[in-house]
Amino acid sequence: MQRLLLGLVTLFVVSIIIFVAVNALPGDFAEAILGQGATPEAVNAIREQLGLNQNAVTRYFSWLAGAIRGDLGVPLSQALFAGNFGTTAVGTDVTTVVDQIIPRLKNTLFLAGVSAAISVPLAVTLGVLTALYRNTAFDKSMNVTTLSAISSPEFFIAYILILFLAVLNPVFPSLSNIFPGMEFSERLTRTMLPALTLTLAVTAQMMRMTRAAIINLLASPYIEMARLKGLSPMRVIVKHALPNALAPIITVIALNLAFLVTGVVVVEVVFVYPGIGQLFVDSVKIRDIPVVQACCLIFAAVYILLNLTADILSIISNPRLRHPK
Amino acid sequence: MRKDVFQGTLGALIAFTVLAGICVLLAVNWASLGLFLTAFLAVLGLLSAAYLFRMVGRAATGNAPFFRDMPFGVAFGYVLAAVLVVFGVWYFFQPTDTDGVPRAGVIFFRWAVQGFLIFAVAAFLFRLLGRSVGTEGSRKLFRSMPLTAAFGILIILIYAVVSIFAGVIAPYGQEEILGAANIVPGGNPAIGGNPDYPLGTDQIGRDILSRLIFGAQNTVGIAFVTTCLAFLLGGTLGFLAATLGGWLDQLLSRMVDALMAIPALIFALLLITIATAWAGSASWQVTIYMILIIAVIDSTRVFRLSRAVGQNIVVMDYIEAAKLRGEGLPYLIFREMLPNAYAPLLAEFGLRFCFVFLTIASLSFLGVGIQPPLADWGTMVRDLSQFINFAAFAPNVAVAPLLAAGAIALLTVAVNFVVDWMLHKSSGLKE
Repeated sequence: MQRLLLGLVTLFVVSIIIFVAVNALPGDFAEAILGQGATPEAVNAIREQLGLNQNAVTRYFSWLAGAIRGDLGVPLSQALFAGNFGTTAVGTDVTTVVDQIIPRLKNTLFLAGVSAAISVPLAVTLGVLTALYRNTAFDKSMNVTTLSAISSPEFFIAYILILFLAVLNPVFPSLSNIFPGMEFSERLTRTMLPALTLTLAVTAQMMRMTRAAIINLLASPYIEMARLKGLSPMRVIVKHALPNALAPIITVIALNLAFLVTGVVVVEVVFVYPGIGQLFVDSVKIRDIPVVQACCLIFAAVYILLNLTADILSIISNPRLRHPK
Repeated sequence: MRKDVFQGTLGALIAFTVLAGICVLLAVNWASLGLFLTAFLAVLGLLSAAYLFRMVGRAATGNAPFFRDMPFGVAFGYVLAAVLVVFGVWYFFQPTDTDGVPRAGVIFFRWAVQGFLIFAVAAFLFRLLGRSVGTEGSRKLFRSMPLTAAFGILIILIYAVVSIFAGVIAPYGQEEILGAANIVPGGNPAIGGNPDYPLGTDQIGRDILSRLIFGAQNTVGIAFVTTCLAFLLGGTLGFLAATLGGWLDQLLSRMVDALMAIPALIFALLLITIATAWAGSASWQVTIYMILIIAVIDSTRVFRLSRAVGQNIVVMDYIEAAKLRGEGLPYLIFREMLPNAYAPLLAEFGLRFCFVFLTIASLSFLGVGIQPPLADWGTMVRDLSQFINFAAFAPNVAVAPLLAAGAIALLTVAVNFVVDWMLHKSSGLKE
């Protein structure tokens, strides 16, 4: 309960930070966007559109209330359009920020889900195997491979995968142009390359943590006992060490899932995947502040939510924390 | 009873995963049925080969302990490794073209293997050199060094030399537009290369080799400056918070907590957008903003670490003694705390540098980082990325974007290898 409250407070503070970062600029924001040659009418229209003629606290709370209701305002491109023609965009049939974000958020969650479905079982299996065969050639080569995978930029992994799985051996398409109403299998095929890229990026971290968490426990007396009972090494690790190592493993999995949702930006750009990361980068380039602000809030919310989940799950998985004295 | 339940659950779980995988594969493509059957038969063959290998080994050596106590998984590993090595050697010696059409897979495989071998030999020689030349201390250091760490140090040295002397080494200028565009890397005139431009030229005729070398100066230099700034800011505040404690510590820690709740790359993009919208978007301005913004964001991570390290040191007796001697705050921080926090901070510096470097490369790749005409690896990857689609019939052309991306990856891998070794050494872990 306390943790939930703390998470909510963090989210609240983060929303303030994002708002202040956007709004605390000296000078008028409307003029900054429109540049030198702006007509007074256009500046006024933008001001009215963004509610810039009210004071900052009022604006913050109306923005926050809107965000909770699911109303994140109108993209600047629309507002600009309206501003140039001297009308306000409210009331006419414009695409709001939410209209832009929702379908793309669904796509991004699909991509993250597919990569999680591949990477989590893979990482835990490999982690157990490297812990079992530690300090062998297998373990050392896995160590070098994962270190390289962690430290390579995502676009390098992405282009290597494109080279081998799309260009040289055309297994998957290199462009992930998915659209609504697509067959599931087709959608999965087109999502496969970005999903594999993300898998490579996150599996290594999770695997190394799993290995480290298990090996940390191997010096414990109860592991010694299990060995002395004559249990096989595999059984000692899977049955006796793994359940006790669950808390750090769950934490690192949740952290990496958070990375999946936020780290999609580069991958989506490489594969032209129509997700929220792509929208974010495009908006950054044309400086569409309302969209950037909204995307940022969503990313931060997902990030905080997953961190919170990690906290709660690691408490649940540990009886000593579940029943504090 | 419990054993049975456990084994049953495990078996059911594995069977379920395999079945689910097959279903997904079939849902993707019915044609993958054949692929799946081949893979299944291959795994089955490997399993029986492993069993056979262990049996023959036991029979041939008169039940030697090595074979007698070998688990099945280990036998399987040996057989798998042997098959992979044999396949690799066979594939390596395949002809590089069939009737004049290049076989890109073989060519890339050869390059990869050759590169790997060259780096391994270079690292080995470098370690040998380090073991025989230098002071007693440095020789001792090299004696206990794994090959990966030697490789890392070698690469870092090379990058440092290249980035410092870029102007001297590079054959052309980074913005210089030369005669012909789109010259193929490799310098072979028969396939559209030119020996004057060993790595070819890009779409508007700039020499790729020169741009790579200047890219080392720009990208690595900017990342280094940013990391130093982040350490100056985060380290100072962290030590201050640890030494003074009280409300300052509380205030700074809560601020850092809040800042760290926003993902770094996202926050950087947001701040860069605001900065450019507010104060103009000339290319040098964007670069300055990027340095400052990333330095501030990363300093929060440095703050966390240096505060934690500092708090452990502050309670030591020698700090108490220094306080009783009446030493001032600067003396406490620089003469007593900093030398004792050296090892973790140095390792953190390496990791932080990697993060900053990758963030800058990603930002440049997205088009909001280091701006043209400055040569930069992230931008080069984005500009040249289209060439990768020609890989099937012109392998040389496809190398251009991978070179820049590979240059980024090589440095971060090298730094990570060194940091990994340092952490291992300082933690004194044996397992």
